[in-house]
Amino acid sequence: MTLLPLDLVGLILTGWGGLGLLGLVLPARLGRSLLFPLITGLSVLMAGAGLWALQGGAQTLVLPIGLPGMPFHLRLDVLSAFFLTLLGLAGSGISAYATGYFRRMAETQAGDFQRLTLLYAFFLASMGMVLVADDAYFFMVAWEGMALSSYFLVTTDHEIPAIREAGFLYLLMAHLGAIALLLCFGLLQSGAGGDYAFATLRHHSLSSFWSSVTFFLALIGFGAKAGLLPLHSWLPEAHPAAPSPVSALMSGIMLKMALYGLLRVLFDLLGQPLWWWGALLVGLGSLTALYGVLFAAVQSDIKRLLAWSSVENMGLILSGLGLTLLFHGAGQETVAALALAAVLYHALNHAFFKGLLFLGAGSVLHATAERNMAKLGGLIRVMPWAAGLSLVGILSLAGLPPFNGFVSEWLLLQAYLLRPDLPQPWLNMVLPLGAAVLALVGALAGFAMVKFYGIIFLGQARGLVPGEVHDIGFWERFGMGWMALGCVLLGLFPSSVILQLDTVTHALVGQGLGASAARHGWLWVTPVAASRASYSPLILFAVILVSVGLTFLGVRRFFHGRWRRAPAWDCGYPFQTARMQDSADGFGQPIKQIFESFFGLSREIPSPFDPHPHYHSEVRDPLWALCYLPLVRGVARLVKVVGGLQQGRISTYLLFSFTTLLALLALVTGTRP
Amino acid sequence: MSHWNPAPFAQQLLDLFASLLLLIAFAMLSQRRILTLIHLFAWQGLILTLSIVDSAWLTHQPHLYYSAGLTLLTKVLILPLLLHRLIRRLDVVWDVETLINIPTTMLVGIGLVIFSFNLALPISHFSSTILRNTLGIALASVLLSFMMMITRRKAVPQVIGFLALENGLFLAATSATYGMPMVVELGVALDVLVGMFIFGIFFFQIRETFDSLDIRHMEKLKEE
Amino acid sequence: MTPVNWLLQGGQEILGILLAPLLMGWVGIWRAWLQNRRAPSLMQPYRQLFKLFHKEVVLAETASPLLRVTPYLLFGCMGLTASLIPMVITDLPLAGAVDVIALVGLLSLARVFLALAAMDVGTAFGSLGARREMLVSFLAEPALLMVFFTIASLNASTSLRFMVTGFAARGFYLYPSLAFAGVAFLMVLLAENGRIPVDNPETHLELTMIHEAMILEYSGRHLALIEWASALKLLIYFSLGFALFLPFGLTDSQQGWGILGALILFLLKLTVMGAGLAVLETVSAKQRLFRVPEYLGTAFLLAVLAILLHYLLGS
Repeated sequence: MTLLPLDLVGLILTGWGGLGLLGLVLPARLGRSLLFPLITGLSVLMAGAGLWALQGGAQTLVLPIGLPGMPFHLRLDVLSAFFLTLLGLAGSGISAYATGYFRRMAETQAGDFQRLTLLYAFFLASMGMVLVADDAYFFMVAWEGMALSSYFLVTTDHEIPAIREAGFLYLLMAHLGAIALLLCFGLLQSGAGGDYAFATLRHHSLSSFWSSVTFFLALIGFGAKAGLLPLHSWLPEAHPAAPSPVSALMSGIMLKMALYGLLRVLFDLLGQPLWWWGALLVGLGSLTALYGVLFAAVQSDIKRLLAWSSVENMGLILSGLGLTLLFHGAGQETVAALALAAVLYHALNHAFFKGLLFLGAGSVLHATAERNMAKLGGLIRVMPWAAGLSLVGILSLAGLPPFNGFVSEWLLLQAYLLRPDLPQPWLNMVLPLGAAVLALVGALAGFAMVKFYGIIFLGQARGLVPGEVHDIGFWERFGMGWMALGCVLLGLFPSSVILQLDTVTHALVGQGLGASAARHGWLWVTPVAASRASYSPLILFAVILVSVGLTFLGVRRFFHGRWRRAPAWDCGYPFQTARMQDSADGFGQPIKQIFESFFGLSREIPSPFDPHPHYHSEVRDPLWALCYLPLVRGVARLVKVVGGLQQGRISTYLLFSFTTLLALLALVTGTRP
Repeated sequence: MSHWNPAPFAQQLLDLFASLLLLIAFAMLSQRRILTLIHLFAWQGLILTLSIVDSAWLTHQPHLYYSAGLTLLTKVLILPLLLHRLIRRLDVVWDVETLINIPTTMLVGIGLVIFSFNLALPISHFSSTILRNTLGIALASVLLSFMMMITRRKAVPQVIGFLALENGLFLAATSATYGMPMVVELGVALDVLVGMFIFGIFFFQIRETFDSLDIRHMEKLKEE
Repeated sequence: MTPVNWLLQGGQEILGILLAPLLMGWVGIWRAWLQNRRAPSLMQPYRQLFKLFHKEVVLAETASPLLRVTPYLLFGCMGLTASLIPMVITDLPLAGAVDVIALVGLLSLARVFLALAAMDVGTAFGSLGARREMLVSFLAEPALLMVFFTIASLNASTSLRFMVTGFAARGFYLYPSLAFAGVAFLMVLLAENGRIPVDNPETHLELTMIHEAMILEYSGRHLALIEWASALKLLIYFSLGFALFLPFGLTDSQQGWGILGALILFLLKLTVMGAGLAVLETVSAKQRLFRVPEYLGTAFLLAVLAILLHYLLGS
C-alpha cells in the first residue's frame, strides 16, 4: 500500500494529538525540550504534505468513528492542501519559537505548562481537522474543538480579570458564530435527504432566496471568526490576552480558517453566487480594513495594535474575496482568478508577517514584562536580534517592496485596475472607491508600523533599565528567523508561489494565472499581459542593492570615512531626557485629531499650571456602543421578563411543564394528517 | 494624427469644460475665504460661457451665442463685481468656518457625483444630443452647490452657493435641450440680478438687526 | 532589450543625480528674485554638497546602525527611482520590473527608513518630524496612487512605459479626468517635497518644520546624501509630472538625434516648471499644520474624483 498525502496528514494530526497527551504526563522540563521540537517537526512535515497535495487531485477517506450512522468523512483537495501548507509553514516557525518562549513557564509553573502543551497541540490538530473535514458534523466538531482549545489558551493567565473577560467575550462570539454555521449547514442540507457529507451538499442546489440566507449565515459564522465588521470586537481583546506564540497562531493561522470556511461554502458547496454577495463583501471588507487600521494606529498596547492590524488584514482579504465573487458571478474568470490569487497570497503573507510580529512582541514582553509602548523604547540596542527580525515584519506589513506584503497588495490593486466592465453600471463607478480605500489602508498601515517599531525599538529607553533586558535565545531566533525568511522569500519569488496557487484557482473559479506566469518566466509576475502590468521583485531587489552599494562605494572611494560620537544635537537643546520623545499616544495623536469625531474619544488634558500633569486619553470602539450595548440591554430586558416567571414555588414550575406537555400533545395530534 | 478634425476636439473640449465646472464646484466646497469664493464663482461663469460658446458652435444654434454673451455679462462681470463691493461694504473678507469639516463634505460630494451620474444615466440614454455626457456633471454641480449652501453658516457664501447652483442649472439646460428660449434666459438673468440686489439689501438689514451675518441668529426668529 | 538600453537607463540615473542639485539651485534663484533678494549662484547646491562631503560625520551617542545605513539607502532608492521614470526615452529595460505601484512602494520604502532613522536617536524633534512626515505621507501616498490609477485606467496599463506611449498612440485628446488628476498631483508634489503650503524647505528651528526636523541629527557626508536625495526627489516628481501630463517630446527610439531633442525638451520643461514652482511658492502662504490633513485630504479626494470621472465619462 502506498502512502498518500491524506494518510500523511492523518498521521500528523494523530501525532499532534498524541504529543499533546504525552505533554500531560511528561515532566514539564522534558516536555518543553522534547515535545515542542517534535511538534515543530510535524509542522514541517505538514507543510510538505500540503505542498504535495497541492499538485492536484482529491482523496477521500471515511473513518469509522463518530456517531452511529454518521462516520467522519475526510477529504483532501487542493483548497484544503493550500491551507494545510499555510498551517504547516507558519505553525513550524511559531512552534519552534514556543520551545524557547515557554522555558520560564515550564520551570516555574509546571502544571500550567503541561496543560498548555496539551491545548497547544490540540489547537494545531483541530485546525488541521477543520481543513480535512468533509461532512458538516465533523467540521463542526473540529471547529468547536478549535474554538475551545483556543479559549483555554487565551485564558492561560486566568488570574487576571481582564483576561477572563476577554476570554468570555471570545467564547460568546465563537458560539454565536457556531450557531450561525449550524443553521447554515442545516439550510445547505435541507431537503437533500441523506447525510451531512459535503459530497451530498455539493450536488444539492437551493433557490436564490435560500442560498442568499445561507450566504448570510455563513458570513455571520465565519465573519465572527475573521473579525469582520461589526463582529470584530472580540478580536482585539482576545488575541492580545493569549501568550504570544498563541496570539501568533490565532492571528496568523486561525483567522485563515474563517477564510477557508467561506471559500469552501461559497465556491464549493453553495453553487453559483449572486452578484450582490460580492458587492456586500467588498464593501464590508473595505470598511473593516479601514476601521482596523485606524484603530491600530492609535493603540499604545503592543499586542492590541497588532490585533487591530489583523482586523485590517482580514478586511483586505475579505474585500478581495468579494471581488472574486463579483467577477466570478459576472463570468470574468481571469480577473476572478487574479483576485483569488491575491486573496490566498495575502492570507499566506499575513500568516508570516503577523506571526513574526506577534513573536517579536512576545520577545519584548518576555524581556521587559511590559506591554505598554509608553514604557518601552531603545530596545534595538539591547535586543538586536529581535529588533532586526521584527524590522522585516514591519516592512512586510507596511506593504513595502520587495517584501511579501507588497506582492499581494499589488495583485489586489491589479484586480481592481485591470477589471473589465461589470454588467451593473453603478458598480463600475463605486469599485474605484475600493481601490482608494485599499491605497489609504496601505499608507495608514505604514504609519502604524513606523509607530510600532519606532516607539518600541528605537529612541531612548523610557524608564526601563537596559541592563536587565536580554535578547532572545536560540529557539526564538530560529522561529522568528523562519518567519522572516518566509516574508523575504514570499516577497522575492512571487511567480513560483502563484504557480503553486494555480491548482487552487483552477479548482475554484476555473482559471489560473499559471499560464501567464509561466509564459514570462519565473522572474516576472504578469497577471494578464506584460503590457498591462508586470513586476519583478528579484530584479528590483538586485538593483536596489546595486544602487545602494554603488552609492556606498562611491562615497567611500572619494571621501574620507572619519566619524566620531557626540551627544545628540537636537537643535542645541542641552537638557534632553527620554521623556521628551513622542510617546505612543503622542505619535498617534494626528490620527486621533483628524478622525476625532469618528473615534469614541475621551481625553483629560492637564492645565498648564498643574505641577504634576497627568494626560489621559482613551479610544473606544464606537461600534461597541452602537451594536453591542443595545444588544446587551435587550438581553437584560428579556431576562427580566423571563425572571418574572420565576416564582420559586415548585408547583408553579410543575404547572409550566404540564402546560408545555399539553400544548405539545395538542400540536402533535393537530398536525397529524 | 493624419489630419485635423475640429469636431471631436470641440466635443472633448465640452467634456473638459464641464469637468472644470465640476472642479470649481468642488473647489468652492472646500474654500473658506469669501473673496476666493467670489473669484471662483467668476471663473465658473467664464467656463460656463466658454462651454456655451462651444456647444453653440458644435450644434449650430446661433441663439446660444447670445446666451453666452449674457452669461459673460452677468456671471463674470456684474455679479462678481457686485458681490465684491458688497463684502467690502459689509467688511466680511475673512475666513468662514464650515459647519462640517471639509474632507467630510468632499466625501459626501463624491457620493453626490456618483448619485447624479446614476440618475442621469437613463436620461442621457434617451437624449440624442451630443452633449449628453455633461448632463450628469451639470446635475452634480447643482447638487454640490446646494450642499455648499447647507454647510455654510454665513449668509454671503450661501448666496454664492445659490448663484453657483444657477450656473449648474444653466449647464444642464444647454446640455439637455440646447438651451432655453431666449425670453426665459433673459428673464432668469434679470431675476438673478434683481435677486442679488435684494440679497444685498437684506444683508444690511440682517446686520443692522443682529450685528452679524451669522445665520444662526435667524434661528431665533421662529415661534416659541 | 539591448545593452544600449541598459546604458541609456544608467545614463538617465546619472543624469538625474547630476541634474537634481541644479534644479534646486534654479528654484532657489527664482525664489530669491521673486522675493527681491540677491540670488545665490546656480552652482550653490553643488558647493554645499561638496563642503558637506568633506566634513567629519558626528554621530549621536545613542544612534544605532540604522541611522548610518539610512542615508545610503535613501540615496540609492531615489537614484534608482530617477532612472525608472521616462525622462528622455520610454523604452527603459527596468520599466517591466517596476511599475508605478512598485515605484510608489519604493518611494515609501525610502520614507519609512528616513522616519525610522529620525526616531532612532530619541530626541524630541526627531520623533516629531517622523510623526509629521508619516502624517503627510499617509494621505499623500494614496493620492499619488489614485493619480496613477487614473492614468493607468486610461491606458489600461500600470507600467510607466505603456502609460506614456498609450497617450502618444492615441494622438491629441482632452481628458477631463486628467484635469483633476493634474491638480491632485501638483498638490501632492508640493506636500511630498516639503514645499510651501505644507512645509518650508528653507527654515530650521521652526516649530512647524517637518522634513528638516527629521534630518537634524545627520552631519557630514550623511547629510550631504540626504540633501542630495531630497533634491533628487523633487526632480523625480517633476519628471513624473512631465511623463504623465506633458509627455510630448519623449522618444522611443535609440537614435542620437531623437534622444538629443528629447533631452533638450526635458531641460526646457524643467526650466519653465522650476520657475513655475518658485512662483507658486511665493504667492501662497504656509498653512497651519492642522490644515495640512485637510489640504491633503482634498488632494486625495480630487484624485479619487479623477478616476471616477474616467469611469463616468468613459474617457
